[in-house]
Amino acid sequence: MSKINELFNQKLNVINVGIESFKDDLLMQNTEVTHLEWTPPGRGNPDLIAALDLLDDPAIIEKIEAANKLAVERIINSQPVLIGFEKAIDCVPGMTKTTILHAGPPITWDKMNGPMRGAVTGAIVFEGLAKDLEEAAHLAASGEITFSPCHEHNCVGSMAGVTSASMYMHIVENKTYGNLAYTNLSEQLSKILRMGANDQSVIDRLIWMRDVFGPILSEAMKLNPDGIDLRLMLAQALHMGDECHNRNVAGTTLLIQALTPNILKTDFSMDQKIDVFEFVASSDYFSGPTWMALAKCALDAAHGIENSTIVTTMARNGTEFGIRVSGMAGNTWFTGPAQKVIGPMFAGYKPEDSGLDIGDSAITETYGIGGFAMATAPAIVALVGGTIEDAIGYSTNMKEITTSENPNVTIPLLNFMGIPTGIDVRKVVQTGILPIINTAIAHKEAGIGMIGAGITHPPVEAYEKALLALSENIK
Amino acid sequence: MTVQAIVKPNTYFDSVSLMSLSTKANQIDGVEQAIIAMGTEMNKEVMKNVGLMTPEVEVAKSSDLIIVVKAETDDLCESAFMSIDELFTKKDTSKGKSEIKYSTIASAAQGIPEANLAVIAVNGAYAPREARKALENNLHVMLFSDNVSIEDEIELKKLAHEKGLLMMGPDCGTAIIGNVALCFANAVRKGSIGIVGASGTGSQEVSVRIHEFGCGITQMIGTGGRDLREEIGGIMMLDGIKALEEDEATKVIVLISKPPAPSVEEKVLAQIKQCKKPVVVWFVGGNEEKVKQAGGHFAKMSKEAALKAVLLAGAEENKLNKRALNIPLIEEVRAKLTPEQKYIRGLFSGGTLCDEAMHTAMEKFDNVYSNIQRDPNYRLKDKNISQDHTFIDFGDDEFTQGKPHPMIDPSTRISRFIQEAKDPSVGVIVMDFVLGYGAHEDPVGAMLPAIMEVKQLAEQEGRHLEIIGYVLGTELDPQNLEEQVEKLLAAGVTRASSNQNAGLLAREFVVKGE
Repeated sequence: MSKINELFNQKLNVINVGIESFKDDLLMQNTEVTHLEWTPPGRGNPDLIAALDLLDDPAIIEKIEAANKLAVERIINSQPVLIGFEKAIDCVPGMTKTTILHAGPPITWDKMNGPMRGAVTGAIVFEGLAKDLEEAAHLAASGEITFSPCHEHNCVGSMAGVTSASMYMHIVENKTYGNLAYTNLSEQLSKILRMGANDQSVIDRLIWMRDVFGPILSEAMKLNPDGIDLRLMLAQALHMGDECHNRNVAGTTLLIQALTPNILKTDFSMDQKIDVFEFVASSDYFSGPTWMALAKCALDAAHGIENSTIVTTMARNGTEFGIRVSGMAGNTWFTGPAQKVIGPMFAGYKPEDSGLDIGDSAITETYGIGGFAMATAPAIVALVGGTIEDAIGYSTNMKEITTSENPNVTIPLLNFMGIPTGIDVRKVVQTGILPIINTAIAHKEAGIGMIGAGITHPPVEAYEKALLALSENIK
Repeated sequence: MTVQAIVKPNTYFDSVSLMSLSTKANQIDGVEQAIIAMGTEMNKEVMKNVGLMTPEVEVAKSSDLIIVVKAETDDLCESAFMSIDELFTKKDTSKGKSEIKYSTIASAAQGIPEANLAVIAVNGAYAPREARKALENNLHVMLFSDNVSIEDEIELKKLAHEKGLLMMGPDCGTAIIGNVALCFANAVRKGSIGIVGASGTGSQEVSVRIHEFGCGITQMIGTGGRDLREEIGGIMMLDGIKALEEDEATKVIVLISKPPAPSVEEKVLAQIKQCKKPVVVWFVGGNEEKVKQAGGHFAKMSKEAALKAVLLAGAEENKLNKRALNIPLIEEVRAKLTPEQKYIRGLFSGGTLCDEAMHTAMEKFDNVYSNIQRDPNYRLKDKNISQDHTFIDFGDDEFTQGKPHPMIDPSTRISRFIQEAKDPSVGVIVMDFVLGYGAHEDPVGAMLPAIMEVKQLAEQEGRHLEIIGYVLGTELDPQNLEEQVEKLLAAGVTRASSNQNAGLLAREFVVKGE
């Protein structure tokens, strides 16, 4: 029987695209109908539609699908394990005493926004390269400091992401593929370097982290030759109500629980150990960077696969938002302007005080947690509009622009659906649905710090540029 | 200015919820500043920074809930605390829908394995891409969109043909699949007659007549208006005939179209010849001989097509109400019209309905003009100015640029109707009123005030103005057929029982000196 004759004998089940009243007419006739949330692909731009059509060629689709399957497999199969903590100068590739790594795509001093400049000058003072912030600003502008994106050194950095030589880093090893990823330690609290604050209290904390906190963690991990399986811990944290970007209370508890026996075994003084535990307990955010390093470790393993349209990096430097795509190997960035972050603010601050979206933490969304896993964190639905339904909506909506689900990291509320994995540039441009990112808000001026948290999206331009490049590249 | 704090020991709220509550608390009248937060070091630091530190806050623990308010007076602080208490108890009760939303045909097709047909009505620039996606996902397609290139249509239809899928359209407004009306179609009985139509309102008309004769429809496949052109080669019509031939429920097949391109006509006729089931052919203005030679049943007009189909399907002729033309009425109206009232003005929302009425007039008059005349000599020079006998299809592209179809938005036709009614050379105005899914909820009602107005005007001028109205619809349609007809009659409009009769009545009313 032909398919047309099969249709005659089936119950009609319609997908309606465009005029919505046709859906109502079908409902009136008791017919199953699904109305698409449709918008013109590529915002109706003929060049983008042409690029989408080009990538729709059956032979090219086959190549892309095969490449994307491989990329997603590598993301899912990656097993990132925390193996230690060391100073950046001792572990990060390409690190020098005068290098400052920063969040997001490449940026020069003159283009940096307030919080980024605040963090850079604070780090220069912390490293002893300048005696005060004024001198630090002068040095930063002189060209003697090497600025480079964290992402180009196997690192990620939250908010300003400013990472200098003597800061302690997480070292995360991908047990499946062998690559390493790094990120520095949470400073906890709100008036901190990564948020653009840089007064003496901030510098003093960094010194304590360098001299006590980092060394204790480092010693503790040396007593743990197996390392800590972060993917397993992440899966647990999601089941405990964290989305692991803006809510980290469960993950932090799990992580410190795993670290505690070995911290106790170190030779440091009881007072120092107590300081460490109190510091970790002072904010839920302690494990925030840890999940970023996990995500970075998994996504780096999926980068550089020819013909793949999977996004491997989303990162912001406070001025620009940049993405990298697996099929465009190396450090090819596609950028657009950094966006505003919308959400509740600390008392005393107004939306106009906000700095633009900043930080490498969107690596969590690139991996499929954070905003993508909103449905598993009902406690923080206030960030995304207030209802559980909104939160669920965000997670299911992200399936529209991703390739697969990660069976290792699941969301109980959605019948243990795996987190949406493998953002596909083609799908973003086709649907106009942009990835949702949960993030913190830093004050736009240097020296102040965190003033709120909320949600944001990448600029669509970054995806459009990537699509055009892919359509020229994939033959 | 005063700062007051309440500390609730061992009361936990998530920090994000509290930030949201803080935001709301800051909007309470009289509040200078408010913070609601857990007593963590970080929060206490923030409170210190913004000058909201109090002794109670100083000693609060991280498990304590802190509410701090800064206001002009103690009283204002007190009332703010009460309002904040209410914020804590107020829950968002809005019930959002958590049903899954899809943005692309591909994801919907994947998420709904039972989906079998896509109805696509988007701007023509995006339509081919969406239709292709649907076909690639093994969905049958009804493509309502117009302004799709002929090249895209060929490509889509070839792809559909290869995959054995329906590719109805582009510019397909009418179909009935499995007794479900799609886009613009009427609610008709299930039966044994299958239709393949390249003309939307032509198909609607035949399906409604079949229903009125007491029979019904198996499937009504739309092909889009260009299917029988040389370039397309009738791909959809040929596949449609084949599918209906193989369909057990279908006993009789009806084909509806403008006359096909010669090469396509040959293919269609060849298929009719092979077909095991009787095929009725209504090609508006088409050739009878060729159809007969191919073994088909030729119909010159719509009601005739329906009648032939129902008889072939087994209806008993003597039991049918054929709705013969009202001959005494013709005499009556002719007597009322003056010799100057010579012309017909047909104002149609349905293209094929217009075409049929126009061809009826062309049999007796050689000065019939239209915006859809195939002979350029008889095409209106200015679509806004009528000439002699004029038939206008308001659904034609030149009237619908940037406007909804006249079956949805009757405004253009209403103003033209008033214009025509003022013309002393006009003897009769004939109009269609299309009911069914997709159509205007009260098409007659929309025209009624204009009808009253012109009737009054004609009366003042001492001339009779004859208006014929035809309501295309069934008693099962969402609009109320009976009510629509009654509104026409009450306004003094002559009701035609079919489009065929509407065309014939209009023509006969203005025939002079027979």
